Amino acid sequence: MSDRGRFLPLGAAALALALVPLFGPPSYVMHMAVQILLWSFIYTAWSIMGRFGLVSLGHGAFLGIGMYVPALLWNLYGVTPWLGIPLGVLLAVLSALVIGWPCFRLKVVGHYFALVTLALTEVARLSIIAARDITGGSLGMTPKPVPGGHSWWALQFVDKAYFFWIGLGLWLFGLWAWRAVDRSMRNPALEAIAEDETAAAAIGIGVTRLKLEVTLISAALTALGGAAMGQYLQYLNPETHAGIGISLQIVFAAIAGGMYAMLGPTVGAVLTLVLTEALRIAFGTTLIGAANTIYGVLLILFIIFMPRGIVGLIEERLRARGAKA
Amino acid sequence: MLEVTGLSKSFGGFLAVSQVSFALARGEILGLIGPNGSGKSTTFNLIAGTYPPSEGRILFEGHDIGGLGADRICHLGIGRTFQIPRPFRKLSLCDNVAVAAYYGRNQAIAREEARAEARRVLALVGLPSDQDAMADGLGAAGLKKLELARALATQPKLLLADESLGGLDAGEMDQAAELLRRIRGEMGITIIWVEHIMGVLMKVVDRVIVLDHGEKIAEGKPAEVARDPRVIEVYLGSAGHG
Ligand SMILES: Nc1ncnc2c1ncn2[C@@H]1O[C@H](COP(=O)(O)OP(=O)(O)OP(=O)(O)O)[C@@H](O)[C@H]1O
Ligand SMILES: [Mg+2]
Repeated sequence: MSDRGRFLPLGAAALALALVPLFGPPSYVMHMAVQILLWSFIYTAWSIMGRFGLVSLGHGAFLGIGMYVPALLWNLYGVTPWLGIPLGVLLAVLSALVIGWPCFRLKVVGHYFALVTLALTEVARLSIIAARDITGGSLGMTPKPVPGGHSWWALQFVDKAYFFWIGLGLWLFGLWAWRAVDRSMRNPALEAIAEDETAAAAIGIGVTRLKLEVTLISAALTALGGAAMGQYLQYLNPETHAGIGISLQIVFAAIAGGMYAMLGPTVGAVLTLVLTEALRIAFGTTLIGAANTIYGVLLILFIIFMPRGIVGLIEERLRARGAKA
Repeated sequence: MLEVTGLSKSFGGFLAVSQVSFALARGEILGLIGPNGSGKSTTFNLIAGTYPPSEGRILFEGHDIGGLGADRICHLGIGRTFQIPRPFRKLSLCDNVAVAAYYGRNQAIAREEARAEARRVLALVGLPSDQDAMADGLGAAGLKKLELARALATQPKLLLADESLGGLDAGEMDQAAELLRRIRGEMGITIIWVEHIMGVLMKVVDRVIVLDHGEKIAEGKPAEVARDPRVIEVYLGSAGHG
């Protein structure tokens, strides 16, 4: 299928989605929709590198940095998020550089790369907790609200529709970034690197540089997603937004949805959020542990039996049918 | 064009290449022979930058390239094939070669141009160039051709061909030799050709270097080297490679 042929329905769907808030859906539906859009963006950002065997457990750090920097600058100095967010993204990119460059130079790959990046996530979480005077430590923090709750300067909106549109824009931006990697020679080059770095270098591919490039793109997008999430939730917590937990959540959701397909991470976001909500409603507050356990078991089953995720499985089926026809 | 002086490589105390020196003129085909484990592939890995040398100097067109990264050396104009083929199995044959054309050259080219170059080079070595052909369908001879196609797509001035044609039948060997001859003749690419079976190689090369246990033991015209008593001893000594 040509690119235009593929993007036309997506564009139409996006336009239709953009109209949804105008019909005044219930607040709960809007809340789910915003979360799905923002997490879809973040999972897509992770998969942009994850699909090339660069499995990072450090994305909790990028998310947390992107979230905390604008909130802290706002609370401490009254700096607008319009400046705070780019600074947060920049800091996330710098930390990705500090961790990525030595890893790629020293050929730290696979599980070892995952472990090193895991350490980064924990450093971010512990730093936020340690700076409790300004971050509120493990209790979390709230960006100072503006009177009336609606301000473009503070990027705070009572009406969820604004965050819906912001989320929609970010999600489409994430898909565009994914396509941009695929439309350049970076995709086959990164595939080649993932398979055999020595052979890739022998045909002139700058292995370190290309891996670093895609890592920095992924970190920047993740931090941007974190910033939007913080502005939306108006509550930041190191345990849920910076630690190992969130890093694993990202990885699981991306894998379950299918990290090799453009829409896989999006499906992963829908799946994990709907599953979480369904379990929460089914078990209420009586058996909080049970919901989490079932969630964990289901995800593990997914990963074992569908390593290419839901979208990967669907693609496979479609291909098999196409071959038969 | 290439000048190697006192080149050595040790792997944890074991000397795989020891004090090897030789020079190569533009347009030559140089044969590099020797029994199994004599250091031929390691010499290639040193020149191509896969490993840094432990000692010695490598001058390529006046640049000291010893210790540069493999990608830099590729850009300077040295292409290499791997003795054991290393295809990218998840990529089509065309993409295998197109990434080489795109990233391997000294100057930037467009994506579509890289694909067109890939198809041209695939046709030259005799592989299918349609978009769906994958490496999985290839046998030993096909994989060797793919190695060659990838190296050629980077537009090398010097080609390090680690052929070691074991696994190919007589017809395929002659074909491979003929291809190397054409690459030199029509494309003007200088070649070092590694092989441990002397027969086919001796008919094609201008000059031969013989390695044994990492050391250079002989150098000269094929006919002279074939008469050299040390070479005869090495080859008769290691039965099966005569
Ligand atoms: N990466 C490595 N680490 C340790 N030892 C190595 C390494 N590469 C090669 N060697 C050793 O160095 C010696 C030379 O190996 P090399 O591959 O250069 O031989 P060769 O002449 O190409 O042999 P063949 O004809 O079998 O291809 C061998 O004893 C080999 O085991
Ligand atoms: Mg060898």
